[in-house]
Amino acid sequence: MAGPAVELIGVRKTFGDDVVAVDSLDLTIEDGEFFSLLGPSGCGKTTTLRMIAGFEFPTEGSIRVHGAEMGLMPPNERPINTVFQSYALFPHMTVFDNVAFGLQMRKVEKSDVESRVRRVLDQVQLARRADAKPNELSGGMQQRVALARALVNEPEVLLLDEPLGALDLKLRQNMQYELKDLQSRVGITFVYVTHDQEEALTMSDRIGVMSEGRLLQVGDSHEIYERPTSRFVAAFIGDINLVDAEVTGRGDARLINGVHVSIPEGHPDSGPVTLALRPERIAIHRQGETVPSGRNQMPAKITRRTYFGDVYYYDVDAGLTGVLDVKEENRPETGTHDIGDQVVVSWSLEAANLVSG
Amino acid sequence: MSVEAPVTPELERDARKAESRRGLRIGLPAYVYLVLFFALPLVLVFVYSFASRSSTGRTELRDWNLDSYQRLLDPLVIEIFVRSFALALVTTVVCLLVSYPFAYYIATRGPSLRNILLVLVMIPFWSNFLVRTYAWRVLLGTDGIASQISQALGGEEVRILFTNTAVLIGLVYGFLPFMVLPLYAAIERLDWNLVEAARDLYADGWTAFRKVTLPLSMPGVVAGSILVFIPTLGAYVTPAILGGARTVLLGDYIVSQFLAARNWPFGSALSFAVMFVMLLATIFYFRAGAKTL
Repeated sequence: MAGPAVELIGVRKTFGDDVVAVDSLDLTIEDGEFFSLLGPSGCGKTTTLRMIAGFEFPTEGSIRVHGAEMGLMPPNERPINTVFQSYALFPHMTVFDNVAFGLQMRKVEKSDVESRVRRVLDQVQLARRADAKPNELSGGMQQRVALARALVNEPEVLLLDEPLGALDLKLRQNMQYELKDLQSRVGITFVYVTHDQEEALTMSDRIGVMSEGRLLQVGDSHEIYERPTSRFVAAFIGDINLVDAEVTGRGDARLINGVHVSIPEGHPDSGPVTLALRPERIAIHRQGETVPSGRNQMPAKITRRTYFGDVYYYDVDAGLTGVLDVKEENRPETGTHDIGDQVVVSWSLEAANLVSG
Repeated sequence: MSVEAPVTPELERDARKAESRRGLRIGLPAYVYLVLFFALPLVLVFVYSFASRSSTGRTELRDWNLDSYQRLLDPLVIEIFVRSFALALVTTVVCLLVSYPFAYYIATRGPSLRNILLVLVMIPFWSNFLVRTYAWRVLLGTDGIASQISQALGGEEVRILFTNTAVLIGLVYGFLPFMVLPLYAAIERLDWNLVEAARDLYADGWTAFRKVTLPLSMPGVVAGSILVFIPTLGAYVTPAILGGARTVLLGDYIVSQFLAARNWPFGSALSFAVMFVMLLATIFYFRAGAKTL
């Protein structure tokens, strides 16, 4: 098996004459990686997955799996299996027959099929429900059958299309850990499609964020969250404040309200820039409190306080610059701020990101 | 201020009664219609089947007997039964083989083309069945299209009319929509993700069809087969027009008992026997269909 698990080179997919689902997509997914494609619905992530699976073929470009060109190869000839969003379990077959399907299609010896299916059902704790029909199982169990049905074939790449979407919150969180554990145990490359940023952040080795058919940024969870390069990625992952500023010199910019702030490197010599600031990276200081040196700061007024249990969310009005979201942990020793309080907000140089678009 | 009344068993019973009274009122027209025009005649036929027949052919409602039922075992009658059964079976199978690909094709088209095709399937219903069957006489006769093509190619003249083949063609033509529509309905609501899942699990197109599409469209196959088989078993018009007089089928035979032979008791017994066979066939078929699901 030469080459990375999956390579997409200049992939473009159009439907009809004017719908561009995926455009100029270049992506390399390494062997054994847990890779997530993250984006809102209609961003092209599912189309990308379907092209890797072989349900759709690229209009342009090339897809390789471990160096082998996929071209127009039908899905049944690809060393890839899929866990479908709605599970797509065969309703007229038992759990056992569902899981055995792929092995039977590949003419695996009958006794081998039996033992491999039993083993994988054991792994997903469904050995005792082997003779049940899918509709007799709960959503979580169906999900595990779908997983078992794909994994039993030991594919080179496993594609997962929002597999946790239909589960309730608690189950979904448990399954996130299970999936991640499973993936590191079996060592199979996972390509995971989701619109849920939390899922992507907690499970993935790397994430690719997509919007309108384009791959905007690829990086690990930390990079995607802390160092978004575009307005879209910044706003899609978590909450963020976007503050417009005008470059006034090297490392320096002026906000609309006249306050000068220092900005990270890599900015243009002049013109407008957008600063992205996470709510939890902004500190609120009471009037008269000293702000640690080296931090950007500006006066503001508390206009709203929302209690979330573990955190407080504040809307702070910074005049012309607009209203910023600020998140503070709920700690008795720091106290809270009241609506109408005049305060100073501050952030460190590293907390701000320059984003484009 | 309204005081909430405690829910007593009496109250619940009254509520249930009121509910069923309302249901009865809504269903009353249908009840009356079915009793008058279906159940009552059926009872009459059943009663007549035990009646006796005078020497002049009059039905006498006395001397009740089982003679008519005994006559069902006559080899000639059994032969007619077997022939009709075979024809109905072949018609159903041919309808199924022709309709399945067509229904599949319709169900997999875009919404607008799909609607046009469905209307096309139903257009024949807009003209009289008798007229359409007579049209086949023209097509299948010695100077019909089939014959002309054969002659143009240097062959002999082909006579299909007044043969079993003509009846089969007429029946398949007449009952095709009854097979296409249930099949379409079954295939259309198929979850195509399942077919993709089968392809994903190394099944080629044909195997995915055999293992997933076909078993999951079985309800349509069963419904369509019953809708075709039962009317063809007792078909009268098509065999009468296209089949000529040489081969007698159940439909002709029953009609002739009532009109020509004036043996109403035997005609009634025959009718009940056909209903019984249909019932058995239906039960058997539903069972078989349920098993594959």
